[in-house]
Amino acid sequence: MTLFEKIWNAHVIKSIDKNRDVVYIDKHLIHEVTSPQAFDGLRSRGIGIFRKDRILATADHNVPTINQHLPIQEPLSRLQVEKLHENCKQFDVELYGLGHQYQGIVHVIGPELGITLPGMTIVCGDSHTSTHGAFGNIAFGIGTSQVEQVMATQCLILEKSKTMRINVEGTLGKGVGAKDIILFIISRLSAAGGTGYFVEYAGSAIRSLSMEARMTICNMSIEMGARGGMIAPDETTFEYIKGRKFAPSGEKWEAAVDYWKTLYSDNDAVFDAEFTYDAQDITPMVTYGTNPGMGMGISEHIPSENTTESTLKSLNYMGLHVGETLAGKRIQNVFIGSCTNSRIEDLRQVADYVKGKQKAPHVKVYIVPGSKQVEIQAKKEGLDKIFEAAGFELREPGCSACLGMNEDKIPSGEYCVSTSNRNFEGRQGQGARTILTGPLMAAAAAIEGKIVDIREYLN
Amino acid sequence: MEKLNKIVSTAVPIPIEDIDTDQIIPARFLKAVSKDGFGKNLFRDWRYHQDERPVKDFILNNDTYQGQILVAGKNFGCGSSREHAAWALADYGFKVVISSFFADIFRGNALNNGILPLQVSQDVLDQIFSLIESDHQTLLEVNVAEQTLTAGNLKVSFEIDPYKKVCLINGYDDIDFLLSIKDDIETYEKSRVFTL
Repeated sequence: MTLFEKIWNAHVIKSIDKNRDVVYIDKHLIHEVTSPQAFDGLRSRGIGIFRKDRILATADHNVPTINQHLPIQEPLSRLQVEKLHENCKQFDVELYGLGHQYQGIVHVIGPELGITLPGMTIVCGDSHTSTHGAFGNIAFGIGTSQVEQVMATQCLILEKSKTMRINVEGTLGKGVGAKDIILFIISRLSAAGGTGYFVEYAGSAIRSLSMEARMTICNMSIEMGARGGMIAPDETTFEYIKGRKFAPSGEKWEAAVDYWKTLYSDNDAVFDAEFTYDAQDITPMVTYGTNPGMGMGISEHIPSENTTESTLKSLNYMGLHVGETLAGKRIQNVFIGSCTNSRIEDLRQVADYVKGKQKAPHVKVYIVPGSKQVEIQAKKEGLDKIFEAAGFELREPGCSACLGMNEDKIPSGEYCVSTSNRNFEGRQGQGARTILTGPLMAAAAAIEGKIVDIREYLN
Repeated sequence: MEKLNKIVSTAVPIPIEDIDTDQIIPARFLKAVSKDGFGKNLFRDWRYHQDERPVKDFILNNDTYQGQILVAGKNFGCGSSREHAAWALADYGFKVVISSFFADIFRGNALNNGILPLQVSQDVLDQIFSLIESDHQTLLEVNVAEQTLTAGNLKVSFEIDPYKKVCLINGYDDIDFLLSIKDDIETYEKSRVFTL
């Protein structure tokens, strides 16, 4: 059996037909944007939350990233966050709201608090729920109707996904990280290549990654259309979880680890699709188009083959053309944050690179930590001082310019080198042009004022 | 949920691939706390300039093309899980979206809101685009019970999950079914060997 099948089977309550099962959900994370209509649904049916110990709320998508201690300025954002507070109070749901020490991006707080564990089923009304799969669980994004279903019954009626394994073998080159691995994979498989599948990432290059790097990989599974991504738990996983706020302890910990050690794909497991890549073929990645599948190595040129009407529309939006290389491209904004790359290791990596350097005068840099805990840790380590000296601004936690629901928007026509997950048209603000990279490439772009090949800037 | 069985309508073609849910409904319109009124912002940034003037050559601003059926390029609805995309399409008046490929979460969200994501082969999709291009008044007929799509001389069958088909035709929600099996859910909870 595959890892996916082991976890899936353990959660099936009954089958509806040969394609569909009723699946039990262990953890349900909610936020202000995709929950209000679900709470309304419960109210109109006159029912409550079925399992209050399995749901947790935070405010992240809409929140400002400066002056979080003050009332939210933007009236509609304020209303939505207030609505979350009212709903959580009425339905008795635990909420880590603005100002709470555990507030943050929903996919950052789950893992760092030990809420996200191997073997679970985890859902959230957000497509990047796949992030949690790094711990060896089935985690995926759902729509608001399903948010209501889980609130009401702790279950979903689901079509069982096909399984795909992606192996990355070997040692990563200089300046190449988890973000480059996943952008590389998506560029090979396309923005639709994983649709209908649940992906397991495996191979020596994946095994060697830290938990935070594994989260970056699983996070972007949805960008190739996959329902989710997962990595079998191992010692790295157990070590990361141990001692975290809500992680099991004592006898429970021993029992949990014994169970978690059974969570891997058997040697004779059969996958519906399998791909293997050599880590040495992966170089620092950049995207050039308006979906995450439109990516390439920094020394490559925008491909001229298979140029469709959709590709041309995309390049036109980006102000780029076929055959062009992105190295040397002048940029105006850098965003380091989002559920993809806003954890403490990302911030450490950026701080380590920019220490003693100055950002280019024409570049605006946003550094937005993934959670209050990340922010506190960064300050404890003095990273905020390093950022300040470099002309960067360490802001307060939230989704921020990844989707521009708050004030953090990129001006129309400007380029933004972003460590987030989507380069869709208008994603970071109307007319904004997003170039996705890993944190090191983004840091170097901020210093140089243009896109550079990070390998030429590392010792 | 509204019932959906048979639709006969002209169609609106958008032959662009990988239309993501940020295009269908941009994030800045997700601040509403109800499900209503998203239709006016459907495809907002393709439909209107930043100064609110309509984009003349965008299809929703062209009265020639109207109807309850949207026909779009492959991988429709990719990206964000926002159900607001389905609400916007429904509120605008679309009951069916035809494409050669749908993103998973969008497909589920559409079905949960009485919209049929109707998947056809790339070849059939190209034929439908051609039919509409040659005559914008071409009527498309979608029959959910029979699982057929008819357009001019073209008649094809389409796949739909049997459970979802019953839901769509009768207007049933998943939640009604789940609420009816609460005993099974509680039995499962008690029987779990390992749980955290």
